[in-house]
Amino acid sequence: MTPSPAAAKLRLATVWLAGCSGCHMSFLDLDEFLFDLAEKVDVVFSPVGSDVKIYPENVDIALVEGAVANVDNLELALQLRQRTALVISFGDCAVTANVPGLRNLLDGGHDGAKAVLERGYLELADATGQLPFAPGIVPELLPRVLPLHEVIPVDLFLPGCPPSAERIREAITPLLAGDRPAMEGAAMLRFG
Amino acid sequence: MAVVTLNVNGQDVAVPAGASLLEATRAAAADVPTLCHLDGLNPVSSCRLCLVEVEGSTKLLPACSTAAAEGMVVHTHTPRLKEYRRMTVELFFAEGNHVCAVCVANTHCELQDMAVTVGMDHSRFPYQYPQRPVDASHPQFTLDHNRCILCTRCVRVCDEIEGAHVWDIGSRGGQCHIVAGLDEPWGQVQACTSCGKCVEVCPTGALFRNTDTTAEKQPDASLPALLRSARDQHRWHNQ
Repeated sequence: MTPSPAAAKLRLATVWLAGCSGCHMSFLDLDEFLFDLAEKVDVVFSPVGSDVKIYPENVDIALVEGAVANVDNLELALQLRQRTALVISFGDCAVTANVPGLRNLLDGGHDGAKAVLERGYLELADATGQLPFAPGIVPELLPRVLPLHEVIPVDLFLPGCPPSAERIREAITPLLAGDRPAMEGAAMLRFG
Repeated sequence: MAVVTLNVNGQDVAVPAGASLLEATRAAAADVPTLCHLDGLNPVSSCRLCLVEVEGSTKLLPACSTAAAEGMVVHTHTPRLKEYRRMTVELFFAEGNHVCAVCVANTHCELQDMAVTVGMDHSRFPYQYPQRPVDASHPQFTLDHNRCILCTRCVRVCDEIEGAHVWDIGSRGGQCHIVAGLDEPWGQVQACTSCGKCVEVCPTGALFRNTDTTAEKQPDASLPALLRSARDQHRWHNQ
């Protein structure tokens, strides 16, 4: 068997935690740049680019969308940090907790999980409302939604809701060449 | 006209006596960031972004409310000042509930712009998620305390330009908040003329027109300077 030319490629992962997937949609908006990207990276884990269910070892770059809101998010965040050289907070939810973090406002932030479940499943429900209960199947919510860097060390922050395809391209192109992008100015940094 | 001469970032500048240090830094094109300051309103130096180093002073001085003096040697962008400014903006974000993506002022927000200016890519301080109310009692406008940074531009424009003094600051420290009238719902304050100047000068989405939704607020913060020059010098922008 001839060695795969892919062996020299960077191993890229994209991860979807508590976000709306809008950052991934923006990633797909890279359009024809995705062909260039595919020549330089192997997408080893991604909700939009592979069917792998277990986060692999030896990942070079991970784009992590979403805040950390439940136990599955937390487990995957810890796992990807151990297995990834460069972790990027991808979009405002990963960077600030953004809209998923709004539930931290309920109940004074003490037990936002209980408060948001009761609000969603009981207070706003019809007469048959009940709290979801499926241990081991539906991941438990954490009491507080956290930005990624409050859970694991993050190497690069890529804000935006979502970051535009152009901003994503400008951020990852230098990384493919082993350089760091200059994250400054409104084109690269603006929240929202 | 009396003139004072001072040095800003190695450049000698001359400004009229009585000018502020901020005006002197502008004469040197030093681009000192400001949030609470607004041309046409009296300075209060509440945001602390315009702090500069003046040689011979152990304290950092707010440029907006410090008078330029003869012979001053001023530094506006030292590493220490840049770090403090970024920390200050991070604290603004962490202190309130600022969610740019769903804010009425998205793309027209001075706090959002300031995060770019100081190079804030994330907050190193945990977000506080304070419990703050929204006052939607006024028929035309809304005050969302979640987005207020207590710059007091609304307080000053209402007092100094409109002459109605509807707004003030209530409480102390971390409990500080904008109050309408005698801490009443805004819609019940008879002194309010509904002129909307407070909405125009608000740097964030804290004050907005009820008809504006996400990213639709288009404020005009140049209003106080225009009105002041019209009154004091009988000069309008279009003349």
